[in-house]
This record gives sequence, structure tokens and C-alpha cells, in this order.
Amino acid sequence: MKTRKLTTLALLTTAAMILSYLETLLPSVAIPGVKMGLANIAVIFALYRLGPREAMAISLVRVGMVSLLFGSLSALFYSVAGAVLSLGVMALLKKTGTFSEAGVSVAGGVGHNLGQILMAMLILDTPRLIYYLPVLILTGVGGGILTGLTAALLIRRIPPFEE
Amino acid sequence: MRGIGKNRKRRADLLLIGALVLLACALLLWQGLSRRPGTRAVVYVDGQAVASYPLDVPTRVRLETEDGSSFNVLVIEDGRADVVDAGCPDRLCVRMHSIRRTGESIICLPNRTEIRIEGGEPEVDLG
Repeated sequence: MKTRKLTTLALLTTAAMILSYLETLLPSVAIPGVKMGLANIAVIFALYRLGPREAMAISLVRVGMVSLLFGSLSALFYSVAGAVLSLGVMALLKKTGTFSEAGVSVAGGVGHNLGQILMAMLILDTPRLIYYLPVLILTGVGGGILTGLTAALLIRRIPPFEE
Repeated sequence: MRGIGKNRKRRADLLLIGALVLLACALLLWQGLSRRPGTRAVVYVDGQAVASYPLDVPTRVRLETEDGSSFNVLVIEDGRADVVDAGCPDRLCVRMHSIRRTGESIICLPNRTEIRIEGGEPEVDLG
């Protein structure tokens, strides 16, 4: 049972990393630096199938590995802040039972962007970065809808893991 | 709580999305209305102002980072400031649009550099 869980976590972490890599291949449309957050598909799947702690572990390991492989150390701080705030918001909203996967994911997308910009404001000591907030809300909503609907499909279609 | 129907959840989703989009639009509108063309481009490194260039004088300047390992090329033309070349890995600053209104900025995270338009009133204080 322990090995099975370890394998499941590793599998989902790998899926999240591959999605991150795929996203680096796509040109970021219209707004520089804006991403859809495809890796969040795997994280939402984990949140619904395994639980918040497992989802957080997958998300953080993904962020660390991706920063090591494709990114820079400075990007790691922004990513970690985004990942933690995103998952915190998603876990809370899921717990209320009010929203579907899409709503939870939208809040997570906005939370992710918010976490990144708050960390950037802190590191760069530049409160004016808040100017980007409206754009970041909109892209968070857009990416969140896409990843949330995809994750919802997978949560329904992929048969339960045996324990 | 947990057992509420699919339709109610969908409505809650749409309400959440609508509220967020509305909030973003209101912020954008407020930003657009409160910005005027600025008078100078100020270069900040680590949040400290290091140089200032008037927007009405065409300029091309190469801004080296402190350790000399990277740079940003700032061009001022037709009252707009733009970064046209950079030594940072992601070069997002080069791809950002040129700026001319007070409060707008081009930011290069790897070089910890920000170019911000100032002067021209009224200025919004978001600090």
C-alpha cells in the first residue's frame, strides 16, 4: 500500500513536470510571461483523488524540479509562492463544497498569479507591480477554466486507483 | 453543504468567474482613466532609482547590471520608452510593449531592473 501510494505520487509529479515542459514549448500568447498553468491539471487531479497534502507535495516537488531543469533560482521563489497560495485557495474552496472543479481551479489560477506577484513585489521592493493585477486576474481565470475542465474530465474518466 | 447539486455548483462557478472578471475590468478602467502621459523614464535597480531620462529627448542607452554580466538597452523615441535588447535569459522585458503613461513600467526580473514612467499628473499612488 505504501509503495502503491509512492508510485502514484511519483506518476502524478512526472505528469505535472511533463505538462510544465510542454508549456515551455508553447509560445506565450499576447502577454509576455503569462502561462496557462497546465501543470495544475495534475495538481487538481491529486487534490480530488488523494487530498490536499498529497497535492501540495506534488506541486512543490514539481516546482523544485522544473526550476532546476529549465529555470533559474530566482524563478523558484516566485513559483513556490504561487504554488502555495494556489493550492491553499483551492483546498479551502474545495472544502466548502460550493464550487465544481472549474471554480476551484479558477480560484487556484488567480491565487497562483497573485502569489507570484506578491513575492515579486517583496523581492524587488516594487509595490507598483500591483499594476499587473487586472491582467493577472484575467489570465488566471482563463487558464483556470481550461485546466479545471480538463481535470474534471480526468477525475471522472480515470478509474479509481486500487489501494 | 457537500451534497449540493451540479447546477448549483455551476452557478457558483459562474458567479465566481463573473465577479473576478468584473473586478479586473473595474481595475483596468480605473488605471486607464487615472493615467496621463509621463515626462521621464526612471530606471530602478533593486527598487533604487539609478537614472532618469526625459521622454521628449530621443535616447538610446545601454544599462549594464552592477556585476557587468547582463544589460538592458533602453530606447526613448516619440515620447515612449522601450527595451529593445537585453542580456537576461528570458528577455521578457524586450517583448513587453513600449510605455509612455505615468505609472507604466517595463520590468526585467533577472536583472532586478525596472523602467518606470514618472511625471505628468495626476499620478496614482498604489504604494
